[in-house]
Amino acid sequence: MKRLVVAGYGMVAQRFLEALSERGIQDWHVTVLGEETRSAYDRVRLTSWFEGTDLDLGGAPAGVDVRLGHPVTSVDRERKLVNGHIPYDTLILATGSKAFVPPIPGKDLSHVFVYRTIEDLAAIKDFAQALLPAPLSSEGKALAESVRRGVVLGGGLLGLEAANALKGLGLQTHVVEFAPRLMPMQIDEGGGAVLKRHIEALGVTVHTGRACASITETEMGFADGGTMQADVVVIAAGIRPRDEITDLAKGPRGGYAVDDACRTEDPDIYAIGECASLGGVCYGLVAPGYAMAEVVADRLCGGQATMTTPDTSTKLKLLGVDVASFGSPFGEGLDVVLSDQVNGVYAKLLLTDDAQTLLGGILVGDAAAYPALRASLGGPLPATPLSILSGQSVGVPETAQVCSCHAVTKADITEAISTGCTDVPGLKTCTKAGTGCGSCVPLLKQLLNEAGVKQSKALCEHFTYSRQELFDIIKVRGITSFNALIGDFGTGRGCDICKPAVASILATLTGQYILDGEQAALQDTNDHFLANIQRDGTYSVVPRIPGGEITPDKLIVIGEVARDFGLYTKITGGQRIDLFGARVEQLPEIWRRLVEAGFESGHAYGKALRTVKSCVGSTWCRYGVQDSVGLAVDLELRYRGLRAPHKIKSAVSGCARECAEARSKDFGIIATEHGWNLYVGGNGGFRPRHADLFLTDVSTEELIRAIDRFLMYYVRTADRLQRTASWIESLDGGLEHLRDVIINDSLGLCEELDAMMASHVASYADEWKATIDDPARLERFVSFVNAPDVADPSLKFIVERGQKVPS
Amino acid sequence: MKWFSVCTVEKIQPERGVAALVDDMQIALIKTYDGALFAVGNKDPFAGAQVMSRGIVGTRGETPTLASPLHKQVYDLRTGECLDVPGVRLPTFPVRCENGIVEVALST
Repeated sequence: MKRLVVAGYGMVAQRFLEALSERGIQDWHVTVLGEETRSAYDRVRLTSWFEGTDLDLGGAPAGVDVRLGHPVTSVDRERKLVNGHIPYDTLILATGSKAFVPPIPGKDLSHVFVYRTIEDLAAIKDFAQALLPAPLSSEGKALAESVRRGVVLGGGLLGLEAANALKGLGLQTHVVEFAPRLMPMQIDEGGGAVLKRHIEALGVTVHTGRACASITETEMGFADGGTMQADVVVIAAGIRPRDEITDLAKGPRGGYAVDDACRTEDPDIYAIGECASLGGVCYGLVAPGYAMAEVVADRLCGGQATMTTPDTSTKLKLLGVDVASFGSPFGEGLDVVLSDQVNGVYAKLLLTDDAQTLLGGILVGDAAAYPALRASLGGPLPATPLSILSGQSVGVPETAQVCSCHAVTKADITEAISTGCTDVPGLKTCTKAGTGCGSCVPLLKQLLNEAGVKQSKALCEHFTYSRQELFDIIKVRGITSFNALIGDFGTGRGCDICKPAVASILATLTGQYILDGEQAALQDTNDHFLANIQRDGTYSVVPRIPGGEITPDKLIVIGEVARDFGLYTKITGGQRIDLFGARVEQLPEIWRRLVEAGFESGHAYGKALRTVKSCVGSTWCRYGVQDSVGLAVDLELRYRGLRAPHKIKSAVSGCARECAEARSKDFGIIATEHGWNLYVGGNGGFRPRHADLFLTDVSTEELIRAIDRFLMYYVRTADRLQRTASWIESLDGGLEHLRDVIINDSLGLCEELDAMMASHVASYADEWKATIDDPARLERFVSFVNAPDVADPSLKFIVERGQKVPS
Repeated sequence: MKWFSVCTVEKIQPERGVAALVDDMQIALIKTYDGALFAVGNKDPFAGAQVMSRGIVGTRGETPTLASPLHKQVYDLRTGECLDVPGVRLPTFPVRCENGIVEVALST
């Protein structure tokens, strides 16, 4: 087996390992030496680390020996050893680059940072937070002279990212750029001016054409005279290749000189990414690095891949401003320039003298035309320049590269679509397009649309209708069973998608017990056993605790039940108690005890209202202005059991301190001095979203009427498994449309929505009480049809922290 | 091969399953809409839990199917083959209804 050593473990090394793994890694014993103590992470999105984004790229493929915190310090080419003791047959240098720090006096002070690694960001954050908050005056306002200021040296890509980060940390932010404009490498003077206006409008001060000459503990000095307060300084003056570990031939600006196979002068050593000098250029972008990784992986597997001139096009959002640069926008040729100072949009296209070939371009403020333009590089424009720049849509040529990270062309995408990819996730899996920097995802959507792939509204293969259409069909036709529905409006016998969806609609419209007759066959296992299935096949039980308020006696009953049935107990995020590890045949006995003590189903198993969480409110709290617990209990009892397209969560806070976290809920209520504020469309979970303010200072009566209508409109019109957050986003007109329908009755629906909710409230009955009172309904709760009292012998438990858990 | 009596056919609701313990083997017995019976292993090949009898029964094209209640992988009831993940399959067992009694056969 041949020994392969990879020096460096950043994004390009990660791509190399993946590319090699795809082609068959088994011929190689692969060792990766990484200087950082983390495995490869997404440095392109470094700034999003401040928002808590997990940047990890998923680690190395199986079988790779990864040694973190092990920088490569020496290469012995004679004996083919790395660090004096790790032998290689082939060595890949992927050591990347380091931040360039100009020799400014004061550059080593403790408040001066670079912007390169997660550790750099963590250090900046720690330092900035130790500075803040600024001292307050007697009126509680920050004193003007005590404002903390962050200065970024460098107005390029990285510098503006760093400025965004400092601004996010609450620092008054300045950017100092030596060149006469921002982003001098990518955009021209006109674009730079528009970008500067955008960035200054965000409260970041920009100093172009000025250099920093010195840094002290509290100030920085300009080369042309004058000083400025500087509590934190970030140097983002460019990067330099890390090429110091061997004496291999270097390029004119550093970096290991490589040929078009990425091979250095030593045939057993390759260099990829920012430490490689290809044709005399070190590329500081990820896409060329990825291309190099693919070339070397191919070569190691006997292929003949070569590098072409890398695409250095970039499109990004800097401080919320779209900036794109592609091709060679600075050369000789005919140019088309559009400069709209009013709307802050700048665009430049450069064409050959015969106007037949697009050479490059710059877009600032609006980069919608970027995908089509980049795809047209080196060929004719797909439409007249002005029609492209004014945002009229243009087609993309077949040969155009859609995803430069993975070198995927439009033809590849077209083929994937024709072989059955009908959505973006499918295209990502099939072609890898969109899995690098992600900037081509909008283009993937556009290509799907152009190919005539309608993002089908059909629920599944059995119904061509959307959930909303099925809801209307069932309501208008008065359909009461799945069999009648699929017979007249569908095909086949249904599936795990349409059956629970139809069961939910029938539950909303009939308000009846959900498990009688054929309806039982429609339910997911959770609704079928009125409990939540766990990974070992046991279930968990959640009794309703409205508003999170519970008497000591009831609390004791829960404890006794858990103890007697050997259940693991945990407090949930919704202020109730979850009892785990119940076997199917135990559920009726558990619930008999709970129902006797006055508990009812918490519907934790259903696509239904879960909890209305609350803070303690004005009853006890010295800050509370309304009785949040009382309202939460009323709301939870009003909407309990309401079946919906997805689960519904709510919370009520008794004052603006918002201890109940109401704004992360589908509907949240926050008390005011004069009544209640209603927020809608919040979400926790996978895609957190703050709820939007919908009503202000309303009475309890007005509040409940609005929530009634909001919920019923959601239940009627949302897609299957669509939470309120994405439902509102999908409404044509969004929140304003919702307000029109619910408050102004623009569709004339309110009376009907009110009647539906009234019917729900009137027909509510506890599902568990209805189950344990009826022997026929209890029949399904057996472990085995032929051995109803034998517990599943495969269940195994261990004890952890004093409780029973699956082994 | 040996046949075992399990339960009366009425014990199985159309388009639903029951779990049976046959000679220490856990088997999911499924009845489809047309009354046809199928017997497959009760163990979910992915999670390892004995839960297949609690999945949703339906069709994919002409194929009668059973979906895992845990992560919804769909299986062909006739062959046990997983339609979503190639190479995975549930064991299948001969099953018949004699005088209203469902019987399953295990190889001896």
